[in-house]
Amino acid sequence: MTIRRIPAGLLAPAGVTAALALLPVGYLLVRAGEGGAGGVAATLLRARTAELALRSLGLAAAVTVLCTAIGISLAWLVVRSDLPGRRVFGVLAALPLAVPSYVAAYTWVAATDIEGFAGSVLVLTLCSYPYVYLPVAAALSRMDPAAEEVALSLGRSRFGVVLRQLRPSAAAGALLVAMYVLAEFGAVAIMRFDVFTTQIYTSYRAGFNRTPAAVLGLLLVLVTLVVVAAESRTRGRAAYAMRGAPARRPPAVRLGGAARAAATAWCAALAGLAVGFPLASICYWLADGSSAGVDAAALAEAVAATLGVAAAGALLTTALAVPVGVVAARYRGRTAAFLEQSTYVGHSLPGIVMALSLVFFAVRYVPAVYQRWPLLVVAYAVLFMPAAVGAVRASVLQSPPVLEEVARSLGRTPLRALREVTLPLALPGVLAGAALVFLTAMKELPATLLLRPTGMDTLATELWTETGSGAYGAAAPYAALLMLLAAVPGFVLGRRSLEEAS
Amino acid sequence: MKLTVTDVRKSFGATEVLRGASLTVGEGDLAAVLGPSGCGKTTLLRIVAGFEGLDAGSVRIGDREVAGLPPEKRRVGIVPQEAALFPHLSVARNVGFGLPRGAAGRAARIEECLELVGLAGYGERMPHQISGGQQQRVALARALAPRPGVVLLDEPFNALDRSLRVSVRDEVRAALKRAGATAVLVTHDQEEALSMADTVAVMREGRIVQEGTPAAVYAAPRDLGVATFVGEAVVLAASGGGNGGGGGGGGGTVSCELGSLPRRSGGGSGPGRVALRPEQFVLGAPGEGAGGVVERVEFFGHDAAVTVALESGTVIRARTRGDVPHRPGDRVGVTVEGPVLFFAG
Repeated sequence: MTIRRIPAGLLAPAGVTAALALLPVGYLLVRAGEGGAGGVAATLLRARTAELALRSLGLAAAVTVLCTAIGISLAWLVVRSDLPGRRVFGVLAALPLAVPSYVAAYTWVAATDIEGFAGSVLVLTLCSYPYVYLPVAAALSRMDPAAEEVALSLGRSRFGVVLRQLRPSAAAGALLVAMYVLAEFGAVAIMRFDVFTTQIYTSYRAGFNRTPAAVLGLLLVLVTLVVVAAESRTRGRAAYAMRGAPARRPPAVRLGGAARAAATAWCAALAGLAVGFPLASICYWLADGSSAGVDAAALAEAVAATLGVAAAGALLTTALAVPVGVVAARYRGRTAAFLEQSTYVGHSLPGIVMALSLVFFAVRYVPAVYQRWPLLVVAYAVLFMPAAVGAVRASVLQSPPVLEEVARSLGRTPLRALREVTLPLALPGVLAGAALVFLTAMKELPATLLLRPTGMDTLATELWTETGSGAYGAAAPYAALLMLLAAVPGFVLGRRSLEEAS
Repeated sequence: MKLTVTDVRKSFGATEVLRGASLTVGEGDLAAVLGPSGCGKTTLLRIVAGFEGLDAGSVRIGDREVAGLPPEKRRVGIVPQEAALFPHLSVARNVGFGLPRGAAGRAARIEECLELVGLAGYGERMPHQISGGQQQRVALARALAPRPGVVLLDEPFNALDRSLRVSVRDEVRAALKRAGATAVLVTHDQEEALSMADTVAVMREGRIVQEGTPAAVYAAPRDLGVATFVGEAVVLAASGGGNGGGGGGGGGTVSCELGSLPRRSGGGSGPGRVALRPEQFVLGAPGEGAGGVVERVEFFGHDAAVTVALESGTVIRARTRGDVPHRPGDRVGVTVEGPVLFFAG
């Protein structure tokens, strides 16, 4: 298709979406700038800032290294060895992705004495290793066995060749892990380990002078952006490396007796820690909590509030995403690229930083919405825009452009052709995207914590509050519900991919 | 309405796709734009429809210049490849898509158009419930319903299998004629162009190089390229003597390895090439004309294509009546019937 001008009726709403998506970062810059060079320098040069940076980076490094080791070892055992029960282990290995990390953190502090750096590393590693495991497993199952056989025939070990070929996918996964750890708030806060995100929250809660929070937020964005840039670079290469399927599946590697026992124990231990332990802990506290008496009214209220704001968030996110997704699917050129990319800011912006910026903005310019639900809904829209735009773009791409041309020739303007032909055809995909946003928004913690209306609690904030005051039994029903919610998309997506495979 | 395309130019980046293409289609005529892939014929069609802008030139429908208008203001119907029916709408709603909602006689017009393409009573079906050929006819009914000035058909029979193609072709032509529509068919299939169209426009490298009735273009191609593209031809080195520019059917003679042959007018004189149509070859007993051996026989029933290797090494393909028996290995004598096409240079 050639470069065409984007009709004004599409450009205007897409521009609104882009502006909204860029607002948090933009305003954070303005706000930090207001502190003046002196204020910024004062925050940056504090010994505390350097310490926080070290803590955040140290945590990210430790979790990333562990996730990489666990992810690669699990993927190799599941895909390439004759490990007994490897199919089951393969499914179990992907499950932790669905567990919100703050829920996992709750299950650990509720049942053990672990906390601080060790606790954060443990919880975040168990929640994030699928980011390495999944791409590496995919790469392994597509890898051509010929290279390995050549290495063996030349008297070299197979592992060198395999690791070299896995590097792009493992690196992409590892960077994703680092990104999530840097942005993580709930789990580290529950583990009482002070990092950038938690310090931002504290200095926001504490202070009249909000420059430090803004500066810390920007610094975190900066670090995250470096990781994002690195991630998108390796992602491009990883895709290239994995193009095309090999002609045959490599034969499974036979494990010796001792290796077999050790491998089974390793996989079982990981599944136990990452999936079994949280479930057991929740079940224990559920039983304990119900004997203590659950506040059913508060629970019902939280459920209703969660459903309400998440639904509003999904609705707004989708409404904002449609014009940008259509532009991304149908138009090329600089404007179209800018509009699409601006909505991906939410992908690299830690939720706590985004929420902070919106608070600043609202307090100064639109005090009427401060601590009202519309602000929270806007926050969800910015945070989850990438998923919604992606869904709209993909489903619009599936509707052939020739249908729009036919509609034009039959007298429709570009916008009416979109409304009468393309959007009805794209609707199922757009709705699936909205459902995903809905489910993700229900689990959101940091932005909800900062932006929720006074007196309103969602499942996530209730869990946060109860855990903070050590009321683990009272927190259990919220944790259980959140786990259940987390399982829904996994279940639906899993079933869909099964249907596609059959 | 009459369609007049004048000297249209269009470049995509550094690639010049149309280099002054001109085309005239008379009111109610069906014109075929025939050319190999990449010659610019689809771009020309998209410019007439308004899906692409043009760099220079003019497009008139009737007396109206449409070059600056968006597609929705041109009243041009299109029938794309593979029909492209709206999958979420019934056949009737597809056909009615271009008719104003609530207009009087809308339902009657839909039914009329379905009848025009031989699909009366199919209105309630969904596109996936009808065959490929039927989808193509619904697409035509959809294009015809708002009574457009011109209907454009973009290789509409490509997606159909061979057996179906001929019948759908006939039905489409009949429907266009019944509707009295001016139509442009873009195709790379010379058989389709010659059999369906009232006029053929041969397109090459961004220009229309020859326009005329199918018979005229076939009989008097303006150059060797058109001669070989419009219909099959055996091309031999030759030398053209006598009068190259004379009128009438007689244009002197041309000599080639098959002897001295009468030639059509035009094409100049001196060394050049001669194009011989398969139906001009006559296979007789050995000794008549040039000697050769039958290599291959493709029998079609009504006629047959016989491939003959001449003693000179040249291979020709002749069309013969189906009831004349030839077998591979038979020795034959080859003569040429009727005036031949000669192109100097």
